[in-house]
Amino acid sequence: MPAKYMIHTQTAPNRFKPFTKSGIIAWTEGCLGCRACVKKQCVYRVYINRGLDTKQMIDSIDNQCMNCLRCVQGCPMELIHKSINPEYAALGDSHWTPDIIAQLWDQAETGKIPVSGSGYSGPFSGPGFDSMWTDMSEIVRPTRDGIHGREYISTGIDLGGTPRHLTFTDSGDLESDQALLVNIPLPIILRIPFFGSCGKDIIKGWAMAARGLGTFLALPNEMIKGELVDFKENLIPIISPGQHCSGDGLEGVRLVEVPWEKNCKDISQKIKQAHPSVLISCRTPLVRGVEERVLSIVDSGVSIVCLEGSSWGQSMDDNSIFLKDIIRSIHLALVENGMRDEVTILASGGLAMAEHVAKSIICGADGVVIDFPILIALECRMCGRCTKGLPCPVEIDQAEPSWVASRVINLLGAWHNQLLEVMGAMGIRDVRRLRGEAGRAIFFEDLDRNTFGSLGKIGEGYELE
Amino acid sequence: MNLNKELPEVVITPSRFKNPIGKYRLHRTNECIECGKCLEVCPYDVHFKIGRVRTKNHYRCVGPECPNPCYEACPVEALSLKRNPTFDTMGDFRWTPDLLVSTWYMAETGAVPPKGLEYRIGDSGGGFDRLRLILPPPHRTKLAMPDEEVHVGLELNRRNDSFPKIMIDVPFYGAGMSYGSVSIITMLSRVRAAAALGTFSCTGEGGYPDELKPYDDHVITQVATGLFGVSEETIQRVRIVEFKYAQGAKPGLGGHLLGDKVTPAVARMREAVVGYPLFSPFPFHSVYSVEDHKKHVDWIKAINPNALISVKVSTPTDVDMVAIGSYYAGAHIIHLDGSYGGTGAAPDIAKKNIAMPIEYAVPIVHKSLQKEGVRDKITLIASGGIRTPHDAAKIIALGADGVCTGTAELVALECIRCHNCESGRGCARGIATTDPALMRLIDLNWGTQRIINLFMAWRKELIRILKRLGMKSIGELVGRTDCLVHLDYMNK
Repeated sequence: MPAKYMIHTQTAPNRFKPFTKSGIIAWTEGCLGCRACVKKQCVYRVYINRGLDTKQMIDSIDNQCMNCLRCVQGCPMELIHKSINPEYAALGDSHWTPDIIAQLWDQAETGKIPVSGSGYSGPFSGPGFDSMWTDMSEIVRPTRDGIHGREYISTGIDLGGTPRHLTFTDSGDLESDQALLVNIPLPIILRIPFFGSCGKDIIKGWAMAARGLGTFLALPNEMIKGELVDFKENLIPIISPGQHCSGDGLEGVRLVEVPWEKNCKDISQKIKQAHPSVLISCRTPLVRGVEERVLSIVDSGVSIVCLEGSSWGQSMDDNSIFLKDIIRSIHLALVENGMRDEVTILASGGLAMAEHVAKSIICGADGVVIDFPILIALECRMCGRCTKGLPCPVEIDQAEPSWVASRVINLLGAWHNQLLEVMGAMGIRDVRRLRGEAGRAIFFEDLDRNTFGSLGKIGEGYELE
Repeated sequence: MNLNKELPEVVITPSRFKNPIGKYRLHRTNECIECGKCLEVCPYDVHFKIGRVRTKNHYRCVGPECPNPCYEACPVEALSLKRNPTFDTMGDFRWTPDLLVSTWYMAETGAVPPKGLEYRIGDSGGGFDRLRLILPPPHRTKLAMPDEEVHVGLELNRRNDSFPKIMIDVPFYGAGMSYGSVSIITMLSRVRAAAALGTFSCTGEGGYPDELKPYDDHVITQVATGLFGVSEETIQRVRIVEFKYAQGAKPGLGGHLLGDKVTPAVARMREAVVGYPLFSPFPFHSVYSVEDHKKHVDWIKAINPNALISVKVSTPTDVDMVAIGSYYAGAHIIHLDGSYGGTGAAPDIAKKNIAMPIEYAVPIVHKSLQKEGVRDKITLIASGGIRTPHDAAKIIALGADGVCTGTAELVALECIRCHNCESGRGCARGIATTDPALMRLIDLNWGTQRIINLFMAWRKELIRILKRLGMKSIGELVGRTDCLVHLDYMNK
């Protein structure tokens, strides 16, 4: 058994005060100056420990408030209220929601999995991955206890394909080539997001995180220079479309990504000839008919396919089709054609939470590629100001590489533990066994109509309560 | 039969805080001429006069739904109606601020709120919140039937074995919350209310405090994977023993009590060390099959041959197999805990994603028990997101016999679902804490009465629903899916 994979997290404090869901409104007019003022009695000592952040020129009180409402309900003159913070509500968009962003900030700061009391508070179901639940085991099937360290659950995957069969010479020696595989201990690869104020230091920080985690950072080939050359083992150079790469400058690289093009077959052939030990991943956008395209890519001998969905986790040309459904159909197409083990399928696009990793894999991916979460880990508010040439409100470009690396390692440390929780509950000890286990998931579209579809009849004169 | 058992009295029990939170606030400007017109017109006692005319009980204001609004009656336009900003910062999709405040109203008055609050459904957009009860036209139902003739009690032992019959007088009992996760006062409030209503409350996995002794006949004690505080003596004290295989808040995961909450008293009760976190493993490492499970059940039956056995499980894809297996292992009650409920601290990823909602699991289990021919031999209890008496009625119509309450009881004690129960000293409002100073925020009699009032409101509402459906007992509603419509599939 390989040594146990652990991600060592260490608090990496926010540089800016994160937005809070609500704020305190405390009037002073009419204050009686009670001796036992409710503010002095705050359980969390919020009013005593509040301070002024001289960098941002804001009061820290809302960041400390835990919303117990004791002061609101205790002030004899009813001078204290709470109110929704419109800045928080305006964060992100309908996919990168304020709650998701805030949870990513928190995980990047602490490295801890989000835990809270008193039940679930979200909607019943939702689009995409929100319309599936994962299974658990009890009584009739063993579970695994991974997160508290008593049992080993492997989250490692192999990148690359295995041949359909082996051939041997008459003397019994292996004739066919040995499969070229690269193992990563976590089924998550990092990729530079397509926007964000990411200077050299940020990219170095991400590369440090990729090395620390034992995984990869994918970035445009032309960016790999200077200090980054030292990180080549953990970088995936992305060859730009149209760039006729003959394989120069790929020494020391283990994996390279080429975008899907009409001639990508030739490009990959060239790279293969120049660098037989380099794995090639072909990235294809998720569009109509992608299943056929994936089959043809695999047929041409490429052993890794990276599926690229929109940043909202949908198909590129139809926003009613979600990543979860396309992964399932591609996985099934490969299984039906007997080609599934010849290729590693990586899913990307809009993956925002740890549960999306587990769910992508259950739907049939081997692993995932994440982009915006590694930017949000650096306190990004997804405001998009950088895309308009405006300065970043949280000065991401000023961040130190070591801080960047810790934040990303913390985030993935938290995701790793959450993956262990989901797999442990299902009783699965190896993430490779999770792939395509759709029978161990519960899908809204199967179950809801089955359960409630017949509940639609109302007799004449009947009322609804 | 306890049909004529005396019911506890509803005693008006207002909030323990100076400023109860409501949906609206009335602002009174200095233009007020103290004419007292507002007092006169208000049906809800929002305004009062002690010396000066004042607005005190903002929380009782029903807002624009008021039949006689003070702000319109005021001759000098000194009053204006505003939404309370604090109200909108509370709650979430499942427990909307409306549901929180209406549960507080029930705990104060023993009845559902008159107007202005949505007290039947939340805003989750699916399951209970899209299901509606279908009521026949009023002239066709026996509305005239007196409440006393509607039977809402539930027999828990339907096996006809050597074990005693236990009838509960309402179709619900309290779900497990452990000593340590909630305070002893919360525990006692719950069990005293359960005793008053003729039902049960469960200790959870954290020991069986001596303070509960007077109420032993209304206590369910839990045997869970950590076996914290479980002894032969505790098993022999009760009439029902519950095996907890899994819980809805964290299906498939173990329990975790943070070190901060392991005070000397908690440590003594759990036979553990002060200040160290306590893990309940998952699963029972002695149970990997229905046969193993039967050994467990037999073990309890040998120690206490008079206790009914309840098996609490979560809702995996093969929940039907688990339920049928539990029946053959000898359980009297199969308790399904759906994935959206729970009161304990749990990873958010588990609460949202692992196992299925109770609205799916109950019909699956109900039907497969029927197919197996054993449905009438076992009591099916549902929990995990039952917030209101309407949720209870809906899940019973989907196939459960009764329900467990959890969060609703905590809300009756004025939980606002800030979700911070797991950290530091625990609940700042004194409910889910073991901190001596915070615990004192709740008076035992206040807590007991609040939960009694809530339960009485639930009982009353269930009786009203049954009468509207023309049913004389809660048992008639079990599995009656024809009494339900799901708005997403409704015939247009």
